[in-house]
Amino acid sequence: MAQTYRSQLVDPLVDNNPITLQVLGICSALAVTSSMSVAFVMALAVTMVTGFSSMFISMLRNQIPSSIRIIVQMVVIASLVILVDQLLKAYAYEISKTLSVFVGLIITNCIVMGRAEAFAMKNPPVASFIDGVGNGLGYGLLLLIVGFFRELFGAGSLFGITILPTVNNGGWYVPNGMLLLPPSAFFIIGLLIWAIRTWKPAQVEEREYKIQTVEAH
Amino acid sequence: MSDVQEHKGPIRRFLDLPPDSIAKTVTVAVGLCLVASIVVSAAAVSLRPVQEENATRDMRLNVLQVAGVYDETVPVNDAFEAFEPHVLDLSTGEFTEDFDIDSFGDLAAADDPAIIRALDEDPAGLGGSMEAFRMVYILRDDAGGIDKVVLPIEGYGLWSTLYGFIALEGNGNDIFGLQFYQHGETPGLGAEVDNPRWRALWNGKKLFAEDGDLAITVAKSAPPEGQEYYVDALAGATLTSRGVHNLVRFWMGETGYGAFLERLQAGEID
Repeated sequence: MAQTYRSQLVDPLVDNNPITLQVLGICSALAVTSSMSVAFVMALAVTMVTGFSSMFISMLRNQIPSSIRIIVQMVVIASLVILVDQLLKAYAYEISKTLSVFVGLIITNCIVMGRAEAFAMKNPPVASFIDGVGNGLGYGLLLLIVGFFRELFGAGSLFGITILPTVNNGGWYVPNGMLLLPPSAFFIIGLLIWAIRTWKPAQVEEREYKIQTVEAH
Repeated sequence: MSDVQEHKGPIRRFLDLPPDSIAKTVTVAVGLCLVASIVVSAAAVSLRPVQEENATRDMRLNVLQVAGVYDETVPVNDAFEAFEPHVLDLSTGEFTEDFDIDSFGDLAAADDPAIIRALDEDPAGLGGSMEAFRMVYILRDDAGGIDKVVLPIEGYGLWSTLYGFIALEGNGNDIFGLQFYQHGETPGLGAEVDNPRWRALWNGKKLFAEDGDLAITVAKSAPPEGQEYYVDALAGATLTSRGVHNLVRFWMGETGYGAFLERLQAGEID
C-alpha cells in the first residue's frame, strides 16, 4: 500500500484538507461555524458519518453495480446520517436543537460522497474507514478554526463561555455582528487558504492561463 | 458440512454474478433498501421514548422558567406538578373538556384538522392556519386564585418560526415574562431574544391600554408616552424584533387569546 494508515489520518488535516485544498463542504462550513460548540458536534457527526459510510461502501464495493453506485452510496450515507440525527435527539437534545437541519444536510456534504466515490470504491474497508475519519477530522479542524474566530469576535465567547464581555451584557466589547452571518466564513476560509498556501507553496495550483506580455511598439 | 454448502450455493452464485447484470442490480438495490430501512426504523422506534421525554422535559422547563418558578435543585417534572394544564378553546375563551390532556399534544403535533383553523390574515406568519385550541398552564397562589397563566405563542421572525411561552399575571394584563424555546434566528443578533437582559424588559409591561386597546409594542425608539406598553427592540435584529412584535400582538389580540384574556380580566376564569 502506497499510503500508511498514519499518513491517511494526518494528511487531510493540513496537506490535503477537504476544505482548503479540495474545496469541498464549503456550504455547511458557512452554516455551522457561528459558535464553537455547534461546530464541534458537527465535526464529530461528520467524522462518524464519513468514517462509517466509507467503511460500509468499501465492504460492498465489489458487489455494487456501477449503474446505481451513486444511489447505493447515498442510501448508505443517508441511513447513517439519520442514525446520527436520532442519537443526537435522544442524547444531546440541546445541541440537536441548535444544529436542527444541518445534521440532515450532512447527506449532501460533498466530502462524504467525495471520499466514498474517490477512495472507498477502490480500497479495502480498514483503509477506507481511516481515510474517512481523517477527512472528517480535517473538515472538523477547519470548522473549529473558523468557529473560533467567528464566535470570539462575533459574540465575545468561546464554547458559550464569555471571554470578551459584550456591550449587550454590560461589558466593553462591541461585537462584530457580521462575523455571525454566513458570508464572514467565506472571508475567514479564504484567508486561511491564503495562509496555508503561503506556508506550503506546494498546494498552490498551477495557473490555467498565462499572462502574455505585449511588446511595446 | 453439506448443510453449509447447500446454504452457500445460491449466495456464492449470486456473488459471482457480474455486478452490472440486471438481476444483480435489482437485488442489490432492493436488499440495500431493506437493510437500510430496517436499521433506520429500528433506531427511530427504539430511541423515540427518550426523545419524547427530552422534548417534554424541555417544554416543561420552559414553562417553569417563563413563570419564574424554576429551581435547579428541584427536578423539572416534580416542579411542573404545580401547574394546571387546560385545553383552551380560543374562539370562546373557555376551557374545554373535549380533548384528553395527555393526548392533546399528539393531536397538536399532527396538525389534526379538528383543532386547526384557517386564517384570513396572518400577521404572525403562521402559514395560513392556526391552532384553535391550545394547551395553557395555570399556576395558582396559596389561596387558590390564579397567580399566573402561561400561554404558548409562536410566529415567524427572520429565518424561522419562533416558539415560546408568555406568562401573564392573574389580572390578564401584566406581563410576567416571555421566553422562546425554539427558533433559528441569527446567533448574536436575532438569537438575542434569548438574552436574559432583553427578556427582563418584558417583566411588568402591560398588554392593554386604559381604554382596553391592545397596546404592547416592540419598537426601536420609545414612544413619547406609554412606556409601560413599550419594549425596546433588539439592536441589529430589526426583522426578528418585528416578528416578535407581530406574534405577541397576534396572540394577545382577538384572533388569539383575546376572548380568554377578557374573561380573565373580568375574573370569570376559575
